[in-house]
Amino acid sequence: MTTTQLPSRRPAVPATSASPHTPRHRRPGYLREQLSGWGMIAPAAVLLLAFVFLPAILGFGLAFTNARLISPRPVEFVGTDNFARLFADPTFWRALLNVSYFAVVVVPVQSGLALAMALLINKKFRGVNFFRTIYFLPVVTSMVVVSLLWLFMYRKDGLINELLSTFSFGLIQGADWLNDPATAMPAIIALSIWQAAGFHMIIWLAGLQSISGELYEAAQLDGASRWHQFRYVTWPGLKHTRSLVLVTITIQALGLFDQVSVMTQGGPLDSTTTIIYEAVRSGFKQQETSYASAISLVFFVLVLLISAVQRYLTREKD
Amino acid sequence: MNKRFTRILATSIAAAALVGSLGACGKGSASATSDGTSEITMWTHNAGNPEELAAIKSVVDSYNKSGAAKAQIKVQAFPQDSYNDSVVSAAAAGKLPCIVDIDGPNVPNWAWAKYLTPLKLSADLSKNLPSTVAKWEGQTYAVGYYDVALAMLARASDLKAAGVRAATVEKPWTKEEFQDALTKLKALGKWQYPLDMGTAGSGEWLPYAYSPFLQSFGADLINRDGFQSADGTLNGDKAVAWAEWFRGLADQGFMAKKSGKDSTQDFLNNKSGLLYTGSWAADKARTALGKDLVVMPTVDLGNGPKVGGASWQWGVTSGCKNADAAMDYLSYSLKPENLAAVAKATGTIPATDEAAALLPAFAEGGANRIFMEFSRNYAVMRPETPAYPFIATEYGKAVQDILAGADPKTVLDKAVKAIDANIKSNGGYKN
Repeated sequence: MTTTQLPSRRPAVPATSASPHTPRHRRPGYLREQLSGWGMIAPAAVLLLAFVFLPAILGFGLAFTNARLISPRPVEFVGTDNFARLFADPTFWRALLNVSYFAVVVVPVQSGLALAMALLINKKFRGVNFFRTIYFLPVVTSMVVVSLLWLFMYRKDGLINELLSTFSFGLIQGADWLNDPATAMPAIIALSIWQAAGFHMIIWLAGLQSISGELYEAAQLDGASRWHQFRYVTWPGLKHTRSLVLVTITIQALGLFDQVSVMTQGGPLDSTTTIIYEAVRSGFKQQETSYASAISLVFFVLVLLISAVQRYLTREKD
Repeated sequence: MNKRFTRILATSIAAAALVGSLGACGKGSASATSDGTSEITMWTHNAGNPEELAAIKSVVDSYNKSGAAKAQIKVQAFPQDSYNDSVVSAAAAGKLPCIVDIDGPNVPNWAWAKYLTPLKLSADLSKNLPSTVAKWEGQTYAVGYYDVALAMLARASDLKAAGVRAATVEKPWTKEEFQDALTKLKALGKWQYPLDMGTAGSGEWLPYAYSPFLQSFGADLINRDGFQSADGTLNGDKAVAWAEWFRGLADQGFMAKKSGKDSTQDFLNNKSGLLYTGSWAADKARTALGKDLVVMPTVDLGNGPKVGGASWQWGVTSGCKNADAAMDYLSYSLKPENLAAVAKATGTIPATDEAAALLPAFAEGGANRIFMEFSRNYAVMRPETPAYPFIATEYGKAVQDILAGADPKTVLDKAVKAIDANIKSNGGYKN
């Protein structure tokens, strides 16, 4: 990205001997650079426009109609009927609650765990690459595959319960994790953190390595303890990384879908259903395109609001 | 020109050309489908089932080679999971093939959506199993080569050890006998759960397998008089009684709230004593257990045993430009020897007696003949309304919630509310 030299308008700092009094005069090759810039943007921009922005705008429009996936009836404008139905639907509120629960646990735990792993492997010792690979391995595995494997591990007679029973000498009989409304969401949370922490570990690691070693040397000279080094050198140095990790984990957590679709289908008793899962269920299984669009629109506004709040809280304060 | 710029331009053009050609590709392959020429396309759902696909292909081949063929049929197979989506998206793009495969209960929905055109076949359908002929609003829209039926499988030795009478078509188990049988089987101590109802199933299995119990209790998925409301039918006293009975099976430890991934395999591995499944599992079970296998009808919960009717069927799309040839092919394909070949390959019940006579297992006195009797005597069609796909998702969720311990009346009321709202928002699904 940084190597892409997009033409920037900086007539005040002319690179050549062009006079600052004639701002209309552009240095030679300006037009060509402008063109090549647009040329480079074009493929991505066209694809984004056609497959992201247009469908999104269409979706917003559909939310106010009674459009259906299969229907011989003409599409009619129905105002805010879909939203009225949505806000009166207890399943939607349950989905919202589930997603909040998921996010509130996953965001701090996953980022904390990822930071701890990053600190562990940000050292120079033999075999560090081995550990980096091990920690990163779950990330390159597809979430669907991970969910299928954990589905077996979470069974009543699955690996996790066998281990619990063996190591507690038969004292602990594990729950039927995914079929009990009380344990289904925590089970999904654990698996999600395990799968995704490695990715954020890499981001933290990049942040850690951008902190100059001289700062640590200076801190050591001043007699700072390891905790003080972390508190006053590392933590402030990770400011930007922190906001990035925070925003990406939050958005990822709000969009919870794969695990639920593969493992529980929203059950038992709606204890694991999520906003995206409800949208997919209404849109495809129940053929209610317009209602699914309404859910998506509400989800979009929610994500927008939350990211805006986060941006505001983590802004540069100067 | 600047060398770098040229390179960028070339790359962009190449990318644009690639995107363009991909688009053209999709268009090209789709436009070859429903033209009025001498070739018509047929879509089937069985790409993942080589035996069935081979049987269908040999029917098509024999038609194509026969001198009377009005058009050459081209088969395109899809995996079952993505089949419905493929049809829906093709319909949205106006690119449906001439002949499509349809899961029986979806026929009214597709007919209402004008995907399908009424069949005008020269073949006589009056002797077919009623559940293989899909009708909606007085017209026949699809016809199947076969049907399947639900049954109870057990080992004769287990029943004998527990002192339980094997159920028969003349005398199926009543609700009390079923309770008694489960209690005795459980007392044998051989299995954690004596009964396996396939409760881990999802999708269409849930309404297919469990709505017959609901109907045997005297309730139903929807009031079939006009198909306008489920109120009082799906949430009445009889439906609540069904839910409590079903939940009770799990509460008493007779069946798991969530069974294993492969119920048939669990039964064969002696992890359960009584298996509730479809006729498709019978051949495998008979190979494994031989004479010890007992095939029994499902339970009579008050209104006689019931099984879901209708499996995969064939229809002609309304946009087909050579519907005449499509109808001709379907009529040809319904010959007894073709039905027999497909039923043999799929282990299903052939649609007519004539075809059954060609198959030793289904002929009079054959080992699988009993399934034909189940189908003829017990089959209840899933409600023949365009609302069915919606009803199926709501009912499926209700079943899962009831098993998970929700209050039956609340769950059923919620399903009824959603179903009635859906019907209303679609103008009653009237044509």
